[in-house]
Amino acid sequence: MAEITKILTEHIDKPGIETFKVYRENGGYNAVEKALKEMTSDAIVEEVKKAGVRGRGGAGFPMGMKWSFLAKPEGVPRYLVCNADESEPGTFKDHYLMKSIPHLLIEGMIVSSFALGANKGFIYVRGELMYVIRILENAIEEAKAAGFLGKNILGTGYDLELVVQPGGGAYICGEETALLESLEGKRGNPRNKPPFPAVKGLYQCPTVVNNVESIANTPWIVMNGGDKYASFGVGRSTGTKLISASGHINKPGVYEIPLGISVREFMESDEYCGGIRHGHQLKALVAGGSSVPILPAHLVYETAEGNERLMTYESLSDGGFASGTMLGSGGFIVMDETTCIVRNTWNFSRFYAHESCGQCSPCREGTGWMTKVLERIENGKGSMSDIDLLVDVAKKIEGNTICPLGDAAAWPVASAIRHFRDEFEWHITNPTEATKPGAIYRGEPILA
Amino acid sequence: MEENKVELVTVTIDGHQVEVEAGTTIMQAARKIGPEVAPPAMCYYKPLEGTGGKCRACLVKVAQGSTRDPRPMPKLIASCITQVQDGMVIENFTSPEVIEARKGVVEFLLINHPLDCPVCDQAGECHLQDFSFNHGVGTTRYEEERRTFEKEDLGDKIQLHMTRCILCYRCVKTADQITDKRVHGVMNRGDHAEISTYIEKAIDNDFSGNMIDVCPVGALTDKTYRFKNRVWFSKPYDAHRDCDKCCGKVHLWYRGEEVIRVTGRKNMWGEVEDFICNTCRFDKKESSDWTIEGPTKVSRHSVISANKYRADLISKPEFALKVAESQYKQINDDRPFLKELPEIKKSEDYQGLMKQNKDYFRK
Repeated sequence: MAEITKILTEHIDKPGIETFKVYRENGGYNAVEKALKEMTSDAIVEEVKKAGVRGRGGAGFPMGMKWSFLAKPEGVPRYLVCNADESEPGTFKDHYLMKSIPHLLIEGMIVSSFALGANKGFIYVRGELMYVIRILENAIEEAKAAGFLGKNILGTGYDLELVVQPGGGAYICGEETALLESLEGKRGNPRNKPPFPAVKGLYQCPTVVNNVESIANTPWIVMNGGDKYASFGVGRSTGTKLISASGHINKPGVYEIPLGISVREFMESDEYCGGIRHGHQLKALVAGGSSVPILPAHLVYETAEGNERLMTYESLSDGGFASGTMLGSGGFIVMDETTCIVRNTWNFSRFYAHESCGQCSPCREGTGWMTKVLERIENGKGSMSDIDLLVDVAKKIEGNTICPLGDAAAWPVASAIRHFRDEFEWHITNPTEATKPGAIYRGEPILA
Repeated sequence: MEENKVELVTVTIDGHQVEVEAGTTIMQAARKIGPEVAPPAMCYYKPLEGTGGKCRACLVKVAQGSTRDPRPMPKLIASCITQVQDGMVIENFTSPEVIEARKGVVEFLLINHPLDCPVCDQAGECHLQDFSFNHGVGTTRYEEERRTFEKEDLGDKIQLHMTRCILCYRCVKTADQITDKRVHGVMNRGDHAEISTYIEKAIDNDFSGNMIDVCPVGALTDKTYRFKNRVWFSKPYDAHRDCDKCCGKVHLWYRGEEVIRVTGRKNMWGEVEDFICNTCRFDKKESSDWTIEGPTKVSRHSVISANKYRADLISKPEFALKVAESQYKQINDDRPFLKELPEIKKSEDYQGLMKQNKDYFRK
């Protein structure tokens, strides 16, 4: 790769960057000045469209397109809501960004709200992160004192109020319509769509819901232009992406990568993960947070067709669900050969059963059912028909639910069985051995 | 005459074409055609706003989005909340995908249901019974323990059996829309979610009894009627009285000369036509309180029409075999019987037996 530019984390290590003063000295809030004084809101939307930023929350929907869907009826307020309810197992990038450089998000909120014509913005932060909420509220106060928030920002006549709202500790409130319900003070149940939030969102008004990282990209796009942003990355995966790397690697942490580097480079170079921990080998990879299909070692660096796998939306999903996965929210979980896939799948499944909102039947009952069957297999009480049962239950949940939580619960189970079926079978045929403490299946499919 | 401004759109459901007003849901369009194409509904309830979309029983396949955009929709959609487009082509009972998905929904709804129909007051007019009979399979693959809850009293007239609940949210919407101060809602998440009044506070409202009528299963039952009778032993009559609180139009359920229950009048889809007040429901149980209009017309849909389940059961010859199959499976997967099953099904003896059964019940 050519010289690597950091869009979000360039200044993140500077001491005191969380304060308004240091942030401003490093070029912070210049984008607000440029946007409000020199640009029209449509021009900003145009730049974001050109940049081709895809939603960083997991679904990867183009942000500019989402913005252009926003209904603009006369006399009805519009809202921008920042989704900071990051609760996906394996994902911790937004947390890092908000606590380290809170003003970046505030600046992004101002620029984006101006582009959308919203006079009120909400940042919905997961309730467990109380200290981050305080940091953000502090940052908002500082920005207000400096005249970048509140009434008549920088004398341009544009008003914006930002509100930080703590969530109640529910994963489901990261789904955009459940988030809006929760923000309205109701039970966080996802809504039926259509209507989409862009037409009827918060308080039945047009609303855009964006992820923290997506919004944090906008100041850079305003300053440098959408074309420059789109020059990073490959194809439709433009710009940079924060990846939260965890698991059995030498250097877990949050890394900003230009989209398009190879998975091997990300995994093995010293700049990023630093390779699998010494003396061990790769067994499986969850590339985008616990919801995405798991990949066995032989499909991590290469696609099924033998092409090199890149860290892009397209390359990771190459081969569909048969041999691919998704970039998702960038929760990069690496597992070496000491990991029991059955136990891991059970653990993920338990999470979804616990976090299902209980509104629609396939997800409410199916997630609990899968968890119980997996628990049985893990404890050496499974039978061969349980494996097909899991596949069938996953199939009946997938696509039949109100929100994507059902899919997110079904994919890890279906993919684990698809790629590691022999390990499940080993658990069933060797119950005494499999239930010994620390017993791990070391069969054929461990490659690479 | 003024120009009719309502735009009409044409949709095709399972090959039946129908013209409906723009903005109608697929479910309503299908019901307009008739019960043979209407998708089942467990949570959708037309008189209540905002119901639907939760149980996924009414999933249908959209084979053609509209005339303008004929692409099929990638996923099955909930017909009760999706509006029709002009030229939409919908597959309901004709799509194997839909039938498979519905089997799944039945199974999901039943895994945590106690199946205590023999002691349940709702048995016989239970939507879940109908739904699972018509769309499910006769067996279960669920081996684990079912979730259970303690029984709760919602006031002195209503009993909540949370264990039987399928979380359709109808009662929540009822409490929301016809009572002033709602103290009744859903607590907790996932499969441990439960309907409850806030800290078991009794629902005290003149119209609270309607929650019993809207409940598709036996989760909310009438305490004045509990364990008194089976639905099929009673006879419904249409009746009315002058009531200053409600419309006063009800079904009176007679056993012999005695009125044992009063409910709202329900249409062929099991939805009440008008909500009735608690005075009419719980306190007026003498024939002299009412003006009797005559016996209620009982539709084929109702279990109290004779042999509803039996006749169907026999016309589904595979049903009994499936039961046998599953019982054998639990003991041993390698039973020779299982391997011979397909052969048995083909055999003349079996076919003849099934035909005999069929003929017998047709008589």
